[in-house]
Amino acid sequence: MGKNKDMDLLKNGKRIDGRGKEDLRELEAKAGILKRADGSGYFRMGNTEAVAAVFGPRELHPKHKQKPQRGILQCRYNLAPFSVDDRKRPGPSRRGKEIGKVAEGALSSAVFLEEFPTATIDVYMEVISADAGTRCVALNAGSIALADAGIPMKGLISSCAAGKIEDTPVLDLKGEEDMNGQVDLPIAMNAETGEITLLQMDGMTDIEEMDEMMDLAIKGCKKVAEKQKEALMETF
Amino acid sequence: MMEITEIEKQSALDKIKKGERLDGRGLKDFRDIKIDVGVAKKAEGSAQVELGESKVIAGVKFGMGEPFPDTPDEGMLMVNAELGPMASPNFESGPPGKNATEIARVVDRGIRECEALPLKDLCVEEGERVWKVMVDIHVLDHDGNLLDASALAGVKALLEAKMPGFEDSKVLRDEEHEFKMEKVPVTCTVAKIEDKYVIDPDIIEEKVVDSMVTVTWTEDELCSLQKRGNGGLTKNELLEMFELAREKTEELRQTTL
Repeated sequence: MGKNKDMDLLKNGKRIDGRGKEDLRELEAKAGILKRADGSGYFRMGNTEAVAAVFGPRELHPKHKQKPQRGILQCRYNLAPFSVDDRKRPGPSRRGKEIGKVAEGALSSAVFLEEFPTATIDVYMEVISADAGTRCVALNAGSIALADAGIPMKGLISSCAAGKIEDTPVLDLKGEEDMNGQVDLPIAMNAETGEITLLQMDGMTDIEEMDEMMDLAIKGCKKVAEKQKEALMETF
Repeated sequence: MMEITEIEKQSALDKIKKGERLDGRGLKDFRDIKIDVGVAKKAEGSAQVELGESKVIAGVKFGMGEPFPDTPDEGMLMVNAELGPMASPNFESGPPGKNATEIARVVDRGIRECEALPLKDLCVEEGERVWKVMVDIHVLDHDGNLLDASALAGVKALLEAKMPGFEDSKVLRDEEHEFKMEKVPVTCTVAKIEDKYVIDPDIIEEKVVDSMVTVTWTEDELCSLQKRGNGGLTKNELLEMFELAREKTEELRQTTL
């Protein structure tokens, strides 16, 4: 994490955009926004927004990757070249590959993959604008898209980050807070079961602080889940 | 293709349910660890780690480069990992895939986040020239838990590394200068199989893991976490796993570094 000590990220309990420590940014969610995909979703947290499309269950190629007992879920996470300050060169990045992998881990547990032997469910997530928390927003859109595609699920996956700025745990970092903060802790959870399905952390912390930040992130995920459900209800 | 058979998976599971393992270890025991240093003569630091029958070699090279614009007075750390085709019949040649990328990035974060390297001291000319510290991890043999083996090899190679000299725009590789790490991060993966926590899963056990967490500790701080696998974990399970990783990383620090 960055360490720009000159920046005032927290003043009288208020953050740079006026939020309190436990406030999420403004949320917006939509389902069924794309015609060709089997399911699609949109999610926005403040200035971070992502679109997701789901295809499948469909036949998995190459065939040697097929699992006879169950289906698999594959994720692609991509930052659009115009989503960041300096244009990102198109094409796969190391960061994108890693996030794709942890996103598969996050979404797979919520899907009844055993119902689709040898098949794949493909989730494509595109970040349109990035102001921190892109993997969370992408997952939130991806989860809406899975539900919109009618894929049987044990619950929605909802995601949000907690972090530490100026030695204080806070919810849902935005760009400047992420750049200059001390800890970033993105979490995804199944809001129905309470299971955490994605967790990454970088920064310096200890177990006590982790406990506190995880509680914050879990609260955030529950609010995200409400928004996702609203969007899905509207399509029916 | 090498497939782990259903029978092997089932017997690993049956053992773990009873608190035992196929190779006779306790659930919280590492396999035997063997470390050789200086294995790559041309590298400025190198280490080969054998974790049971998993075998990983890490080499450190120093090079000169232009700093990133946002950190003009700091050296650069780069970590790369290759899961080459010699390590497993399931690995293919070509650019690093998701698994190799995850290994490289988790090892990188462990070293970077605790500020293990004296990056400020690696600046030669602000905004113009800084040292690049390049850690390359090559997996030679895959018998499970490659991430812990890779992290250990990477850190051990850095601990062994000596810096070359630099004069008149030339890197002088026959000179050896001290290179000192400021903190030593140690990484340990805790897997959850059924209702048990398991340390250092081998290749069969990895196939029956629901979820695992890779945890990096310095002596007193938690500096990186990565949940892996397709299952979910509760908050309390995660906290227990962080604590267990703390004990095990301390043990690794005492016995291997």
